Amino acid sequence: MEALSSLIAGFGVLGDPMNIMYMFIGITLGVLIGVLPGLGGANGVAILLPLTFSMSPTSAIIMLSCIYWGALFGGAITSILFNIPGEPWSVATTFDGYPMAQQGRAGEALTAAFTSSFFGALFAVIVVTFLAPVVATFALEFGPAELFAVQLLTFCSFVGLGKEPPLKTITSMMLGFALAAVGQDPTAGQLRMTFGWYELLHGFNFLIAVIGLFGIGEILLTMEEGLAFKGRSAKINPRVVLQTWATLPKYWVTALRGAIVGCWMGITPGGATPASFMSYGLAKRFSKRGPNFGHGEIEGVVAPETAAHAAGTSALLPMLTLGIPGSPTAAVLLGGLLIWGLEPGPMLFVEQPDFVWGLIASMYIGNVAGLIVVLTTVPVFAAILRIPFSIIAPVIVTVCAIGAYTVNNALIDVTFMMAFGIIGYVFKKLQYPLAPLVLALVLGDMAESNFRNAMVLSNGSLSIFWSNGLVGSICGLAVLMLVWPAISAGIRRLRPAASHGQIAE
Amino acid sequence: MQHNEEADKGLVSNKSADIVVALILIGVGALVVTDSLRLGIGWADDGPKSGYFPFYTGVAIILASLGTIGFTVFGRGKGTGQFVSRGQLTHVLKVFVPSAVYVLLIGFIGIYVASALFIAGFMRWIGRFRWHTIISVSIAVPFALFLMFEIWFKVPLPKGPLESLFGY
Repeated sequence: MEALSSLIAGFGVLGDPMNIMYMFIGITLGVLIGVLPGLGGANGVAILLPLTFSMSPTSAIIMLSCIYWGALFGGAITSILFNIPGEPWSVATTFDGYPMAQQGRAGEALTAAFTSSFFGALFAVIVVTFLAPVVATFALEFGPAELFAVQLLTFCSFVGLGKEPPLKTITSMMLGFALAAVGQDPTAGQLRMTFGWYELLHGFNFLIAVIGLFGIGEILLTMEEGLAFKGRSAKINPRVVLQTWATLPKYWVTALRGAIVGCWMGITPGGATPASFMSYGLAKRFSKRGPNFGHGEIEGVVAPETAAHAAGTSALLPMLTLGIPGSPTAAVLLGGLLIWGLEPGPMLFVEQPDFVWGLIASMYIGNVAGLIVVLTTVPVFAAILRIPFSIIAPVIVTVCAIGAYTVNNALIDVTFMMAFGIIGYVFKKLQYPLAPLVLALVLGDMAESNFRNAMVLSNGSLSIFWSNGLVGSICGLAVLMLVWPAISAGIRRLRPAASHGQIAE
Repeated sequence: MQHNEEADKGLVSNKSADIVVALILIGVGALVVTDSLRLGIGWADDGPKSGYFPFYTGVAIILASLGTIGFTVFGRGKGTGQFVSRGQLTHVLKVFVPSAVYVLLIGFIGIYVASALFIAGFMRWIGRFRWHTIISVSIAVPFALFLMFEIWFKVPLPKGPLESLFGY
């Protein structure tokens, strides 16, 4: 029950009216970011991060995490009304959301999407509230070897759980580590891979990479289709909302399943996108109305939305307790913590209880605020999407350029951003996943220091990674994840008939 | 940066794009390995040398990319898709080239004037808007950004001759 009293203290932090204001600003910006193509949660937070340097870390994280919640809500709007997923995790929402909108049931679909998002988030926040202190206490005992093992598990999970080709996942991840190594060596102070180019002294900032990869890359991809938005009109009124709410309790099993899948995928770094697909697939398999999925079934909106939002929210649990982000946006937030001078990881709970519990409390209120904001402002955001792309595109590029510049006040960063944009575009088209690259770039220095410290402890013997039961089992699990694609390919070859339920592809 | 040549090829199949990108990545991996070897990948008095960790990332990039090439060349099926068609490439370049010019201009005339020109040019060229729409949008957006960054958040952005004319 210690968690409850800490949580109440956390709500005290929110008593500051400025924090409530930042919360609403964050939510509104987040929905806007979620709706616009090329401005997702990760790079939206990346662009705004430099603006928060002068704020107190607590206010800053409240605003930035609310941008994240807003983006999670906002992704559903474009999926349902325009059949364009504003965010990757809302792809599965288009399957049934857009057909519903075509049948004139847009209001119903939106209400269902927002409400189930809210349910998923609430479930995940409760999990975070009670699980995070336990994990943090446990993790206080971790040494460098354990910390590196957990990071290893994170990265191997990308290989095991991702749907991209495993070799490309490894390449993209290692590229991230290599880019993270550029610049001054954190331990020995030597210059690495700068090739006499003094702009590279400080290495590649992950914020620049995020803005380029996700922002510019996404704009290029969107433009490829010669985009013209053709949206359904959105009418949400209290009557539709109440009517939909009356029908939703019927789907509690689907929602609960979605929330559990989401929490699991969020805490292990599967992320919101696979979680939403998995939840949709499970709902389709187990629902009595399964064959109707894809033709405007409300359950097909509930399932992915609960999972996506639960995953997005619970991704903060490993970030706060272990210093390992469960999603690219969580990675950017983690980078923010480092910039504000906070060391993420178990000590955060001991040294900065105000910060941690203020953030967790803001997750409760932020999601309530989010639900209110999206339900009342959908028509406004739908109208924004009717602004022609030839206005939106240059404005987004401008915003990205400013965001990249403000990170270090360096023009060269804007050029790097464009280069990362091309990499993002090419990688996306060739199925190289971007999330491991970003995570490796953020965690690179930390993982390397842990690895080197572990090596120093053991005098260079790798045996430290199975020197006790804990580190051994984490490493064992990591290796299992790493070779999982090969194992599952083998199983599939042995049992060629078992190929049902492959919705994700 | 090296990927620039990539786009210039025009119509490319997924298969050849996969191979070219993997080859570039092998080059990057080789660069990492070379520099790590220079720094030393062994053991110094106080622990692993600077090149110890990056060396293996470089090796992994090379091996994984070789694997990708192997699968692309000898793998069954999949490699038949189109990486980019002529029409798509034109669309992409229509955004990319003006954006690149815009980034170049920032250094000379400041970010606000460059943004105004960029937005106006884009709206005229791609959107074919009428002039009064173009002028109002392309002035309003940079002006709003100016208020937000220079006045409200006090974050200085690159400025050029026009801003210094007004004393900024």
